[in-house]
Order: sequence, then C-alpha cells, then structure tokens
Amino acid sequence: MKIIPKLVGSALLATAMAGAGMAQADSVKIGFVTTLTTPAGVIGADIQDAVNLALEHIDNKMGSLDVELIMEDDGFKPDIGKQKTDKLVKQDDVDFVVGYIWSHVLLASMKSALDAGKFLISANAGPSKIAGELCHENFFSTSWQNDQTPMAMGEYLSQQGVKSLYIMAPNYAAGKDMVAGVEKTFKGNVVGKDFTKWGADAQLDFSAELAKAKASGAEGIFIFYPGKAGGAFIKQYQQAGLQGVMPLYTVFTVDAIALPKLQAGGLEGVLGSKMTQFWSPDLDIAANKKFVDGFLAKYDRYPSFYAAQAYDSIMLIKSAVEAVDGNLGDMDGLRAAMKAADYDSVRGKYTYGNNHMPIQNFYLREVVKDDQGRWTTKIVSTVLENHQDPYAAECAL
Amino acid sequence: MDWNLLITQVLNGLQLGLLLFLLASGLTLIFGIMDFINLSHGSFYMIGAYFCGTVVSMSGSLLSGIVVGLICTFAIGAAVEWFIARRLYRSDHLDHVLVTFGLILVFDTLVHMVWGAAGMAIPLPEVLNGQVSLGTLVLPTYRLVIIMSGLLVAAILYIMVSKTRLGMLIRAGASNRTMVEALGVNINKLFLIVFAIGATMSGFAGMLIAPITEASIGMGNEIIIIAFVVVIVGGIGSIKGAFYAALIIGLMDTLGRSYLDDVLELSMPTKYAETAAPALSAMLVYILMAVVLAFRPQGLFPPAGSK
Repeated sequence: MKIIPKLVGSALLATAMAGAGMAQADSVKIGFVTTLTTPAGVIGADIQDAVNLALEHIDNKMGSLDVELIMEDDGFKPDIGKQKTDKLVKQDDVDFVVGYIWSHVLLASMKSALDAGKFLISANAGPSKIAGELCHENFFSTSWQNDQTPMAMGEYLSQQGVKSLYIMAPNYAAGKDMVAGVEKTFKGNVVGKDFTKWGADAQLDFSAELAKAKASGAEGIFIFYPGKAGGAFIKQYQQAGLQGVMPLYTVFTVDAIALPKLQAGGLEGVLGSKMTQFWSPDLDIAANKKFVDGFLAKYDRYPSFYAAQAYDSIMLIKSAVEAVDGNLGDMDGLRAAMKAADYDSVRGKYTYGNNHMPIQNFYLREVVKDDQGRWTTKIVSTVLENHQDPYAAECAL
Repeated sequence: MDWNLLITQVLNGLQLGLLLFLLASGLTLIFGIMDFINLSHGSFYMIGAYFCGTVVSMSGSLLSGIVVGLICTFAIGAAVEWFIARRLYRSDHLDHVLVTFGLILVFDTLVHMVWGAAGMAIPLPEVLNGQVSLGTLVLPTYRLVIIMSGLLVAAILYIMVSKTRLGMLIRAGASNRTMVEALGVNINKLFLIVFAIGATMSGFAGMLIAPITEASIGMGNEIIIIAFVVVIVGGIGSIKGAFYAALIIGLMDTLGRSYLDDVLELSMPTKYAETAAPALSAMLVYILMAVVLAFRPQGLFPPAGSK
C-alpha cells in the first residue's frame, strides 16, 4: 500500500516539472454559469445545447488547445451565481468566465471574476451599470445592452403611430432597463406601468395587472417576461379578452423556447405578434445557417436567441485564443483580439464599443409558421442600424 | 373611481384567497390536529397539477384530468402519512421541518425526472377560455370557475366539519388531541384521513391554477409560505380562521398590487412609487402576520377551547 503515495508523489512532481517546462497550458478552461434548475432551467438547457453544438463545430479545439468546459448552475439566484463564479475562479482557475442569463446574477458575480483577473463574457445579461459606470476592460458581451432591444421596440411603436402604451415588466435590474429603454424611444404616452415580483418565486398570476391594463384603455401593451412567465402572461392576456383589443408587443418573451409550448397549447393569438431582436433564425448569413441547421438537425427544434449568443461566445473566445497562438498568459493580446470581434458571428459582422458592448443591428421580428408548420420568427425589417447602447458615454474606457 | 375595475380586482382577490384557502385548510388541520409542520404540503399542489396535466393531454378532458389528479394526490398524501409523517408525530418541530423539507427536494426531483424541467401547460376547453359579460363588466370565464370551485369546496368542507361525525372528531382533535385519544377514538385512522384530504385539497388548488400559470417544478414552494401565514393569521387548527384569513390576504395582496402605487404617488415622486409599490405589496401580508402575532397571537379565529 505504500506504493500509492509514492506514485502520487512522483506523478505530482512530474506534473509540476511539466508545468514549469511548458510556458503554455494545453487546454482552454471555460467556466460557464447559467440556470439549469428551477423552471428557468429550460433556458439553461437550450444554452447548454448551443455550447455543445459550438464545441462540436470546432472539434473541441481552439488552435492547438483542447477546450475544457465547466458548467455551473446559478439556481436563478444572485448569491448562488456569485458562489459558483468564485468556485470557477479560485478552485478551477478557469481562463474565461462565461454565461449569465440574469442581470442581477451577473451584477452580483462580476466582481469575483474581474478582480481575479479573468475575462468575463456575458452571453445574455446586459445590465446598464456594466455598460456604464461599472464597465471593465476584461468584460465583453456577445448579446446586447438591456436597453437596446426595447429601444428598437419603442422606435417601431412610434413609427406605427401608437399613442398610448401600458407597460409591464418584472421588478429586477433587467426589467428596469427594459422599461427605461422603451421609454427612451417611445414618443406616445405611457398610461400605466407595473413591475411584478421576480426570481425563483416570481409572480405568475397577472389578474390584477391585466385588469388595470384593460381599464387604462391603452392602444398597446408592452411586456418583457423571459422564461415561463411569458407563456403564462400570453395565456392570461388571451383569457382576459385583450386579444385584438390591445395589441401585444414583446421583447425577450416570445422566443424559440416559448413558441413550441404556445403552439402545443393552441394559443393562435401569438401568431403575427411583433418583437424586436438582434438576431433571428432566418437571418441569411452563412454562420447562422450552419448554426441553425446544425441545431435543428441535432436537437430537432429551433435555437433561441439565448442559444445564438452562447454559440457566439464560444466562437469569440476561439478567435481570441487563436489570435494569440494559444498563449493564454497574453491578456493584452486576448483582449485586443476579442475587441476586434473578428469571427463569424451568427448575427453577422458587428463591432465593439468602448464599453465592450456590441454595436449591431436590431430587427423587427414576427411570429410565423415555417414550411413544416412549426411556429418560429421571421425578420420583417431593420429598426435600428449599427446601434450603440446609451450608456457607453458613461464608461471611462 | 373606476367601479368596474374595483369589482374586477375584488374578484381577482377572491380568486387568490380561495386558492390559498384550499391550501391552508389542509395545512391548518395537519398543523392543528397532529401538531405536524408539513412544509411539503406545497408538493401536493405541484403533483396534482402535473397528474391533471398529463391526463388532460392524453384524454383531452379537463374533468377526467381533475378526477384522476384528485385520486392520485389522495393516494400520495395517504402514502406520505403512512410511511413518513406517522413516525414523526412524537418528535419535535425541527425534525418535521427537516424531513418535510427533504420531501420537497425529493418530489421536485422526481417531477424533474418524470416530466422534465420545461413545465406543463394545461389547455382549457374553448368555453372556459373566453369571457363572461355582466353588464359592463367583462371577466375571464376561467377566473369565475376558480371562484365557484373554491366556494364549493369551502361549503363541502364546512358541512363535513360541522355536521358529520368525522368533522366532530376533527374539531375535537384540533381542540384537545389527548382527550380524543383517551376516549378511544382510532387516532391513527383520523390522522391518515385528515392528511390525505389536506393533500387532495392542495392538489386541487394546483390543478385550478395550472391552466393559468402552467405546472412547474417548485410551484408550491412559494405559495406554501403564504399559506402558512394564512394558518397563523387565522388561528392554527381553525378552518373558519383559514377561510377568513385567506380571503383577507388574497384581497390585500391583489388590491395592494392594483392601488398601492397610486396611493404612494400622493406622497413621493412617481419614480420611487413605482419601485416601492411592488416591494411593499409583497410585504403587506407579512406585516399583517406580524401585527396579528403582536396583538392576538392565537390568531383571529382560534378553534374553540384550544389552549
């Protein structure tokens, strides 16, 4: 039995020597924080599928390095998200911390990753603070700043001549940003506004709010309800008889995760409903075709925008790792390479602003049936071109 | 003042209150009679919704879904009492909390294994998806169905508790368990029945809400906290107390969500009012509980003769 400690000892020594001998690591460690439990776990599952597809598409290699992926579940809670980030940074010593669906989770976790000198890449959340005063040279986003998508929607509503709007969103960081965004560009009158309870125990029964919206007599209702709350809202909206009376305009609510369920539930009212987004499965770009077709073939469903962003985050990292020839110690080189956004993004070419938020197009999308009868979204028009978020000026970078 | 809106909101409050009552009535009996803290009561709420949803998606009939769901939750409730709760009546509350919290995790994981994380939508028949017009008032039909079903169950429960022998034993058990045992009543059987009926009502509440919000993992874990508040405000072991407290809390929550921001705007800028209102209306029920505990710790309607 004595031989075991000896073996372990020599193995350790060998590893230490190998480590000292080689200047470079033999793998890129990516820590991915997302939500895999709670009902929001369906979003995390979609993201996980996209990441796996991306790794398959790149043969699990970035340059000469293997990719080592560590997935963590934040449980939809800021405190758990921070714990998991600490674990990835300290225990696993990852090179890149990626993911974060929720703005409040990202805000709670960012310090842990950035203070440890790691790159932090948001594959979804885009809170205003991180785009403005809290911006950081090692933070990048492959999604958008929260305000931008609703700003595009506000713009579209103004163009359509909608005069009064009722607004509903969850009461957390992103909900506030979404509402601020639509209010920035919507020129009509906001006749009512509700922020509802959010988190693992989010409010899902909107009876009181829908009654208020109805009584307000607004010409349209704007909502932001990601995940299952969106499905619940649309169902209740229809049950309350608002269909056809008060048109529904959404951001991040009707997505590829919600649509199959809405279709199964026969909620025909959602067909034709409009939303804004930086991407759509029908976007005619080679990289996007490869992504969407690959996703459809592998998982037999359309990818959501969450999936698109997660797929891009892997591709962005790959482009940077290859630009520095796998020398992960070269932080400046990696940063400069990511800042160039020189990779085939599924949304097409975009650039980074000073705060490392994408400057990109925002499209109007509509819910349609595809040639196989599946409900999906199709681009109608471009609402904002090469749009930069409104907080970039507050960022000192 | 928009009277139509006020009436609609009162009905919405009533709907929430009756759902809470379905949960809290079972909880208060289990707590009051067996002195058993059942955190996993909300799991029956979830299980009921999932069983009902599964049957509805196979058979297309909501009614058969509810019947099967009720039978299943009754059976599972009875099984939990028989195999688990029964062994714990003599231990202290901390043990109850630990075991039933563990049960929550077990049930959540089982549902995850069987049905997946995605949640389950329960389609409603066309008739229930529409609206009913009462004069100028237009209300979603299904919300009225929830109110009617809640009132119906409350009436059945009232008759059962106040007019039948079983009800008499339940009331006696809530007031003085030792005496009931001393009189030679088969207390084990009584406990089993009360536990299973409580589970069934909890499951029924889950089935009623699922067509609105979808069935999802952990759906009972939030509402069970409020149901405990109802039990405490109403008086532990008191069905009548649970009924009134549930209605008070349902109305408070709904009216708070509807009117609190308008009220707050009188004293502060709109920007702060719209952020403070949802936070404050979420707190209102706990403030009520604190006030009740401070001035009337036995609850608003404690069972007669309780210590």
